[in-house]
Amino acid sequence: MVIQTPNGYTLDNGGQRVVIDPVTRIEGHMRCEVNVNDENIITNAVSTGTMWRGLEVILKGRDPRDAWAFTERICGVCTGTHALTSVRAVEDALGIQIPDNANSIRNMMQLALQMHDHIVHFYHLHALDWVNPINALKADPKATSELQQAVSPSHPLSSPGYFRDVQNRLKKFVESGQLGLFKNGYWDNPAYLLPPEADLMATTHYLEALDLQKEIVKIHTIFGGKNPHPNWLVGGVPCPINIDGVGSVGAINMERLNMVQSIIQQTQDFNRNVYIPDVKAIGGFYKNWLYGGGLSSQACLAYGDIPEHANDFSPEQLHLPRGAIINGDLTQVHDVDPRDPEQVQEFVDHSWYTYGEPGKGLHPWDGVTEPKYELGPNAKGTRTDIKELDEAAKYSWIKAPRWRGHAMEVGPLARYVVGYAKGHEDIKGQVDGLLRDMGLPLEAVFSTLGRTAARALESEYCGRLTQHFFDKLINNIRNGDQSTANIEKWDPSTWPKEARGVGMTEAPRGALGHWIKIEDGRIDNYQCVVPTTWNGSPRDTAGNIGAFEASLMNTRVERPEEPVEVLRTLHSFDPCLACSTHVMSPDGDELANVKVR
Amino acid sequence: MSQIETFYEVMRSQGITRRSFMKYCSLTAAALGLGPAFVPKIAHAMETKPRTPVIWVHGLECTCCSESFIRSAHPLAKDVVLSMISLDYDDTLMAAAGHAAEAALQDTIDKYKGNYILAVEGNPPLNEDGMYCIVGGKPFVDQLRHAAEHAKAIISWGACASYGCVQAAKPNPTRATPVHKVITDKPIIKVPGCPPIAEVMTGVITYMLTFDRMPELDRQGRPAMFYSQRIHDKCYRRPHFDAGQFVEHWDDENARKGYCLYKMGCKGPTTYNACSTVRWNEGVSFPIQSGHGCIGCSEDGFWDQGSFYNRVTDLTQFGVEANADKIGMAAAGVVGGGIALHAAVSALKSAQKKTQSSKEEV
Repeated sequence: MVIQTPNGYTLDNGGQRVVIDPVTRIEGHMRCEVNVNDENIITNAVSTGTMWRGLEVILKGRDPRDAWAFTERICGVCTGTHALTSVRAVEDALGIQIPDNANSIRNMMQLALQMHDHIVHFYHLHALDWVNPINALKADPKATSELQQAVSPSHPLSSPGYFRDVQNRLKKFVESGQLGLFKNGYWDNPAYLLPPEADLMATTHYLEALDLQKEIVKIHTIFGGKNPHPNWLVGGVPCPINIDGVGSVGAINMERLNMVQSIIQQTQDFNRNVYIPDVKAIGGFYKNWLYGGGLSSQACLAYGDIPEHANDFSPEQLHLPRGAIINGDLTQVHDVDPRDPEQVQEFVDHSWYTYGEPGKGLHPWDGVTEPKYELGPNAKGTRTDIKELDEAAKYSWIKAPRWRGHAMEVGPLARYVVGYAKGHEDIKGQVDGLLRDMGLPLEAVFSTLGRTAARALESEYCGRLTQHFFDKLINNIRNGDQSTANIEKWDPSTWPKEARGVGMTEAPRGALGHWIKIEDGRIDNYQCVVPTTWNGSPRDTAGNIGAFEASLMNTRVERPEEPVEVLRTLHSFDPCLACSTHVMSPDGDELANVKVR
Repeated sequence: MSQIETFYEVMRSQGITRRSFMKYCSLTAAALGLGPAFVPKIAHAMETKPRTPVIWVHGLECTCCSESFIRSAHPLAKDVVLSMISLDYDDTLMAAAGHAAEAALQDTIDKYKGNYILAVEGNPPLNEDGMYCIVGGKPFVDQLRHAAEHAKAIISWGACASYGCVQAAKPNPTRATPVHKVITDKPIIKVPGCPPIAEVMTGVITYMLTFDRMPELDRQGRPAMFYSQRIHDKCYRRPHFDAGQFVEHWDDENARKGYCLYKMGCKGPTTYNACSTVRWNEGVSFPIQSGHGCIGCSEDGFWDQGSFYNRVTDLTQFGVEANADKIGMAAAGVVGGGIALHAAVSALKSAQKKTQSSKEEV
């Protein structure tokens, strides 16, 4: 059957149906089904979230000051970003102003997460879609050293002996017959295009990045006490500053700040000497593989983040841009208002929920979540042993959020497209520079590779911003301000009887919003609309396909039974499924229903 | 298949000398709190054993345990994965997907029946026929049971697998269920925490590889070496508690001086974990050191014990004294001493409660 979608795709569910479940190297649980024609071109894509945990219902009736800890546990990979979104939502509801130092510290924590997440994503979740570690055994260590020095003259780990050691270690590992994480990979698939030397260089950096990532998060440990899942505070940050007084060894002092500075430098060195050069080098071999653009050239959404000044979320004060692009018109960037009931709405016609009547879209303030797990009439298998899903019916635990009815892409590429369209100087400079170096036209950014490259560029930009807020913190302390928390409204007796608020951030994976309603000092309703809900959404009422599905369309696969290309494009979004699924009650009761006052 | 390589051979092949290897064994012994007599035992084990296969499955969770695991500084995560274990299935990190991933799981089970460790991150939801968590088109609980059947031992990583954690907080909509309630015929080691400390995770694994046995477990099934004392017992701010010096408000002068966070709701007095000794992220800090109280994340049901900012004494779990605060104050009459006393009473009651509840479970 052939279907035209309103957002411009021709879906044909004939030909061979390929099922991938589990999709691995992601956070959480996901399934993907595609149809492939005789020319091995994908003609239909079905993306399914296969887990649901129900955190929003668990939050009902709790102390709003505790919500950050619950929502932080939505995701341990983008750890902290839900907590930040949550404290912002509560502060928005209660009108709490945080001190400047708290803003700088929160920004540094959020930026450290961006860098950590992007680096771990590229090397440990995504690289094996481009890099073949088994092929690295054939590399000449001397030639690898020359390659390393050519692509990144400043990286000190580049000698032939160094690469030989890594190769020997890898060789022993492979020869042991215990392949561990590399077991059953698609290592002889022609979709892998790198020469052995590039494979050895990148595999080496897989190990270097594994060592580095544990350093980056120490910024969280210093300010939040641990990572994953550092501690946050409504009204500011929990860590006090005491730069030279009695007891400063128990607070943020010079030693702690020096450690932060050293981590920023170390991470930024890696961004500049390893991460970006690797993306360029690997991208150079794949630059004719420009599949996977999907919605990125058509519809992108960003809420913006990293406010320069505490409590000022106006778009011009945000270092990561805010805006929406629709219908492929990059000349117009629309402003985004999360409070507007006409803008963000969620649909459930193809999700395992019901609103009672078909075709409705609800703003998060009005969020209703009622379960309805059922397979469509054309599904194959049983309800506890699914062979093939029926995408004409309900097929995912993910809802379908839309912005003014449009399916949107969110994430690093969406942020960069919005930023580029707005003429954001830093972003434009980075993008133009990369395209020039690689000899690619602007259109090339609308691709799987573009998504992966935007993430690398953003990591470097975030490194600069982290340094900026570190300097700002130091300067503020120099001027005598050591304040880190505002406790005027800590006591719930100071709160209004009813309040509601919105918190927004740019999580590593894209636009993240929390909507809260507080009544009598308790959470009356809590709704999260998260990046992978946008990107991984199923079809909506009108039949628009979401960003994952759109990005897979028309891709040619070498061997349908070895879905390297599908994984490559899905991974370029950095899917996070624990984040993306919604709330429901055990007995089907309506749990979350907030009326706009 | 070529001959299986031992841990010692792996180390030697990486250019590590015999001398360095023995030094490594000494450090391992020291890290585990063992005397020099154990060094040859560790060395022998490492010289003769192939890498132990590990199957790492994921249920309802947030992946913070995997993230914590890769933060390990000693040993480094890369050394664990390349040289100590053979991580043959882990859907978060493995190259293969779909059928190839499922085949890797089955191969490992078939080849190493009774000899692999099953590591579980997250838990199975039992409502809706288990379909709140689907792997390969089927309920996760099926995969868990299948992988558990031939496992040598099971490690329940983190609060999710050990107790249920956040998705099991009231009203537990999915009926998220800890591993030991589903798998009842295998030895299970609980390594609670949200997440557990990285070096505690790698410490438990290396202990099992080194000594080829389960670590000593407490009544609740936690390794005694890391979970037998309260954070409060070893907290560097304990002298301030004993002296009655407390933070009264966030960011007040006392907070800046690093006084005790007990009045801000710190759950250190009732939380069994190694945070105040091993600390986090290579010993950089732990929650209390960075100014926020412990939220008790390694305790069963910590989400449902009232606000994280309620003082421990305000909890109703302390038995006959409706308000231990009052008793403490009345008995001592003096502010500082009063708080110390009622905290001691509270802790005692809490410990009793724990004993009772663990009996009930059995």
